Amino acid sequence: MVDQTAAKDAPILTGSGAILKSLEILGIKDVFGLPGGAIMPFYDELMSQTAIRHILVRHEQGAGHAAEGYALANGSVGVCIATSGPGATNLVTAIADAHMDSIPMIAITGQVFSTLMGTDAFQEVDIVGITMPITKHSFLVTDPAEIPEVMAAAYQIATEGRPGPVLIDVTKDAQIASAPFVWPGRVDLPGFKPVQKAHGKQVQAAAQMIAEAERPVFYVGGGTVRAKAQNELRTFAEAVGAPVITTLTARGVFPDTHKQNLGMPGMHGTVPAVLSLQESDLLIVLGARFDDRVTGKVSEFAPGAKVIHIDIDPAEIGKIREADVPIVGDVREVLLDLIPEWKAVAKSAKSLDSWWARLNKLREDFPLGYVDLDDGLLAPQGIIKTIGEMSGPEAIYAAGVGQHQMWSAQFIEYERPGAWLNSGGAGTMGFSVPAAMGAKVAQPQRVVWAIDGDGCFQMTNQELATCVINDIPIKVAIINNSSLGMVRQWQTLFYDGRHSFTDLQPLDGPEFIPDFVKLAEAYGCLGIRVRTEEEVKPAIELALKTNDRPVVIDFIVSREAMVWPMVPQGVGNSNVQYAREHAPSWGDE
Amino acid sequence: MSQHVLSLLVEDKPGLLTRVAGLFARRGYNIHSLAVGTTEVEGLSRITLVVDVEGAPLEQVTKQLNKLINVLKIVELEPEQSVQREHMLVKVRIDAGTRSQILEAVNLFRARVVDVAPDSLVIEVTGDTQKIEALLRVLEPFGIKEIAQSGLLAMGRGSKSISERIFKNQ
Repeated sequence: MVDQTAAKDAPILTGSGAILKSLEILGIKDVFGLPGGAIMPFYDELMSQTAIRHILVRHEQGAGHAAEGYALANGSVGVCIATSGPGATNLVTAIADAHMDSIPMIAITGQVFSTLMGTDAFQEVDIVGITMPITKHSFLVTDPAEIPEVMAAAYQIATEGRPGPVLIDVTKDAQIASAPFVWPGRVDLPGFKPVQKAHGKQVQAAAQMIAEAERPVFYVGGGTVRAKAQNELRTFAEAVGAPVITTLTARGVFPDTHKQNLGMPGMHGTVPAVLSLQESDLLIVLGARFDDRVTGKVSEFAPGAKVIHIDIDPAEIGKIREADVPIVGDVREVLLDLIPEWKAVAKSAKSLDSWWARLNKLREDFPLGYVDLDDGLLAPQGIIKTIGEMSGPEAIYAAGVGQHQMWSAQFIEYERPGAWLNSGGAGTMGFSVPAAMGAKVAQPQRVVWAIDGDGCFQMTNQELATCVINDIPIKVAIINNSSLGMVRQWQTLFYDGRHSFTDLQPLDGPEFIPDFVKLAEAYGCLGIRVRTEEEVKPAIELALKTNDRPVVIDFIVSREAMVWPMVPQGVGNSNVQYAREHAPSWGDE
Repeated sequence: MSQHVLSLLVEDKPGLLTRVAGLFARRGYNIHSLAVGTTEVEGLSRITLVVDVEGAPLEQVTKQLNKLINVLKIVELEPEQSVQREHMLVKVRIDAGTRSQILEAVNLFRARVVDVAPDSLVIEVTGDTQKIEALLRVLEPFGIKEIAQSGLLAMGRGSKSISERIFKNQ
């Protein structure tokens, strides 16, 4: 509702101008998009302003993932723009991805004239309807006067509480027509009041329960990254002295080199992390949601553990696992309250010495590792490890989805939040290159790697053109095993080695289809091929030195390499296998 | 499966019903009946939902509904603490032999005849689910030609209103 007195002196802007002005007020510096018929009025005004940098992508999915990468690297909101119809539907995968991983994103789409809506007009789709299940909220705007309030509300909804994607669909006539621009400041949204601060009694109960625990574990999820709670987590975890495990989306929020860090839990987690949960008597769950890839068979997950579950989304608490102490609130705020409560009970806390003795034994017996394969090809794990060592913790690493993603999560040491970007919940192949592009735009001073598979790379590599043209010198490491490696691994393990349609290269045809080095060169990138151990370091060195254009390294690796450890799907986590047919001995108690 | 009556106070925005119904479908919950209408507050609507779920899923569905930006409040109305009504129109076949029996049933159930034709009657009835079902059982032998039934409407007993607390809190 626009205040009429304020409206009298307000500048008159077109709907397009109002979107731009709103973005500027919201502090948005960069947007990713691709124009089309229904968003042309907006693009016309976009061209004549300088406050916002627009990066023209080659496919709208790239704009969406770039916005995600931007948001993840910056800890702020990402913005993508598309036209109606297919432009909007091309955003859908990225919107779903942002929804699954709670990434703050604003997607702006053009819509056909309001007078044509519902007539099956050219490039008309009901994008609000299509994205309803995968957005936190969505708006259809047909009146330019509504734009400032919608933009302000979208920003609040996308960034506050549990973050997520918000879609704003603006009809072409609403972009053209004019209205007074009245900025609302904060919008009152009676149906959206996320709880920040937790109930004091619950926090006290949590501290007490931690003091009584003999085998506590911090189970830290992506919500801790979103809450920017890394410092509070470290303070509290060090005070308690319990082991910390970071899930796939939380890698880096607690330093990997910290002695309390046991690594990643779940299907491809470290043996110490997986078994620590299984043997624990108390899970201190921070911004995590008991994803099935973490829990394995839920009924057998952490069977002896009580649960303190801290999350900003009340719907996550008790969804999969009942919480003994449920705490709704912002992870950072809750930790700030927990720290003094802990001090009050710390003296009575149980010793964790025997717990650590057990965990340290597991660490010693089952460190992360890999073996070289006998086909003479490179082991992918070693390449990824070397990239991490040579690029360091200040770099950003964006992965696609599959084996290379798991190896990147395992073998690179993450020391800070925002260093590791990946598609966790949705598992979106093709995430890596555009996400790395977005991250490089957000943090141009950092080295940004896209660690990609050859399958993933072929889904979104066209954004390398965007990178070359817009001076976004990312570095791409293709872990090229000529196959859809993770699916192939499952076929090897669970389908009698029947590799149904997972080989991307014909075994008897030309060697490379396509030749990624030539493809890189065609885009204007530096292309390097690596086949031998001796070539690995020099290639990475050259990539790190080359900053005038993107670099693509095609690492030819063995297709027989597998991701270990592994908990097969549908079984309890106590059945974690360290390597093929090698399960750790379970439980000393 | 047990039935629960949920009363939702919602902002009257386009697509709201799709958001609510879609959430039920997506999460695998079943809507038994649904009634939507305006309220005493301009811009707010009220949705009364009867859902088939057990205890824990009900809590989950309520929490998920609460996350919809346009949903302001959700209350579960227990049968003892609320008034619950359904509304039904039913078209019954009549002839000279059955007319008086049917009219007697209409009176007994405090229903009303709202349309009369030579070979049929339209009967209007309001009541709780049991009463509606009982009337249908009585009418069935005569030949029911058509039924139009509303979703359940429900309201908490006593002086409090569902919209009251939301606006007081601000």
